[in-house]
Amino acid sequence: MNEMVRELTYAQAVQEALAQAMEADERVFLMGEDIGVYGGAFQVTGDLVHRFGEDRVMDTPIAELGAAGVAVGAALAGSRPVFEFQFSDFATLAMEQIVNQAAKIRFMLGGKVSVPLVMRFPAGSGTGAAAQHSQSLEAWLAHVPGLKVVQPATPHDAKGLLLAAIDDPDPVMVFEHKLLYKTKGEVPAEPYRVPIGKAIVRREGNDVTIVATAIMVHRALEAAETLAGEGIAAEVIDLRTLRPLDKGTVIESVKKTSRLVCVYEGVKTLGIGAEISAMIAESEAFDYLDAPIVRLGGVESPIPYNPVLEKAAVPQTPDIIADVRNLVKGRT
Amino acid sequence: MADTLDRSAAPAANLRPFYQRFSAAELKEALRRMYLIRRFEEGAEDAYTRGLIHGTMHLSIGQEASAVGSCMDLRKSDYITSTHRGHGHCIAKGADPKLMFAEFFGKEEGYCRGRGGSMHIADVEGGNLGANGIVAGGIPIAVGAALAIKQQKRDDVALCFFGDGASNEGAFHEALNMAAIWKLPVIFVCENNKYGMSVSTERSMAVAHVADRAASYNMPGQVVDGNRIEDVSEAVMAATARARRGEGPSLIECKTYRIRGHSKSDRNRYRTREEIEEWQARDPIGHFETELVAHGLLRDGEIAAIRAAAEGEIAEAIEFARNGTDPDPREGTRDVYTTLGAA
Repeated sequence: MNEMVRELTYAQAVQEALAQAMEADERVFLMGEDIGVYGGAFQVTGDLVHRFGEDRVMDTPIAELGAAGVAVGAALAGSRPVFEFQFSDFATLAMEQIVNQAAKIRFMLGGKVSVPLVMRFPAGSGTGAAAQHSQSLEAWLAHVPGLKVVQPATPHDAKGLLLAAIDDPDPVMVFEHKLLYKTKGEVPAEPYRVPIGKAIVRREGNDVTIVATAIMVHRALEAAETLAGEGIAAEVIDLRTLRPLDKGTVIESVKKTSRLVCVYEGVKTLGIGAEISAMIAESEAFDYLDAPIVRLGGVESPIPYNPVLEKAAVPQTPDIIADVRNLVKGRT
Repeated sequence: MADTLDRSAAPAANLRPFYQRFSAAELKEALRRMYLIRRFEEGAEDAYTRGLIHGTMHLSIGQEASAVGSCMDLRKSDYITSTHRGHGHCIAKGADPKLMFAEFFGKEEGYCRGRGGSMHIADVEGGNLGANGIVAGGIPIAVGAALAIKQQKRDDVALCFFGDGASNEGAFHEALNMAAIWKLPVIFVCENNKYGMSVSTERSMAVAHVADRAASYNMPGQVVDGNRIEDVSEAVMAATARARRGEGPSLIECKTYRIRGHSKSDRNRYRTREEIEEWQARDPIGHFETELVAHGLLRDGEIAAIRAAAEGEIAEAIEFARNGTDPDPREGTRDVYTTLGAA
């Protein structure tokens, strides 16, 4: 089989990036809960402890705040930590170190230091884990100047964005949707980088722009396929990075399609969709709009346990189809 | 400076480790730094009162022995992390008061180019990873710096200053546990000045001493008189040697007192005048002068000269700061990131 069309799962792609980064740079090490012999709660680190040893694949105590601070201190003193939160929800325990320290140290110190820290956050709902293990908090962190926030949607980007994050001199927060870990896709074997701050057009179309993140990219693509059968050509943009936001790609698309739908799993209010909508309203693309902007986000509640309720709490493919259909219906 | 004084007043064999370890010149330098801290704090207070500095500040007058005593045995490549009450730590680690005052005045010439102010002064080249506005924020960071030291196979240490209040934070307990299980080269120096803002340690801690908490993390915990520089320094020397040998962290609790209020908003409603006066009588600088004179290491006339030099240096630093450059508001978002990626 040709190596160039090799397929890996998303989780394998993340693991390969971690391994290649550690092989290339002895300063790189991993920290997290149960990432050693257990292999990580989602088996992302897998066997890495056997390849790189316990000093580079470090199990931490269950102490998110302290361990996050240890990662910040190690980054300041010349190491390159890659920190795994077991669930993104547990970032709430470590917000002090993420928001007050990692994000601000470079600025507070007048640019005299950098904090080359990567944090990985298994995020999102759909696993039946209920309200404290299913959140999408990426917009929280994207609100903080000093952090960079990426949300890879494919195995290819999971590897490329993680390697770019590890190279980056600033703290980069990597949100990985748990439902994507087992999805497969083409992943080149050699190390490569996907640039932070660049969105990508996943499907071209002239009738409506759908801006999506993480698993919503896949639902938007499914919706676009169905809509194509009805004569609606949707353009799907995978945002990939929340901060710094790639405004240009979204603006150019909206100027072309004149319609915008934002699809994201985080709670709808004050979320990513609000930022994209406002950004378009402030831009030259505003004059091109033929219809109100539509936001499709998570419901205004914690993620429920019951599977029917859980599914209803975040946008699903039929929701996207219905909203786009309504939006485009009135076109001239 | 040459060690010209006759040390016969106390035969070497009978000297305690502090006087064996440091030369007369080093001891005088320690006294000079204590004065420098005192004058720095007084100068800062004065500048604030005169409206030359905005914001707030946390003064460490009365705590100079723990700052200087802790740093005397450190190398430039050793790290410290500091607290919101961190001016003394900064000077003790060798920072330049000129650049510190420039930071206070918010000037480009300051340590943080005027972006950090009193609570974020750092001197990374000098091994000071920074003061911190969050109580206990620096403790895990010190442990992380020690982890990096170990990973890089250096024999440096990280010395972590914090207060009694910080020892009630979760970050303190999490960080000490990790330092202990990974045997990291950290020295935790608690400056117990009796109050976390207004709440006394009696009201906020179930144990009598912060050092008692070391037992939970299987590390040595020692209480010292934080106003006696020789006591502080000897405890830190032992802990530093242990850390450099790879034997892990230690906790030292310096019992001390802040003579001034918590910050500029403090109306001293939680303590008595008698208590403040009692601690003023135990002034760490006066104590050290008496010690040095008794050891024949300092002549009376030299005290006045060291004081005058410190006063001159602070006056010069304030003048330097007043004449500094104000940052350009157009550069307001500079240094939020090192690089800003593709967008």
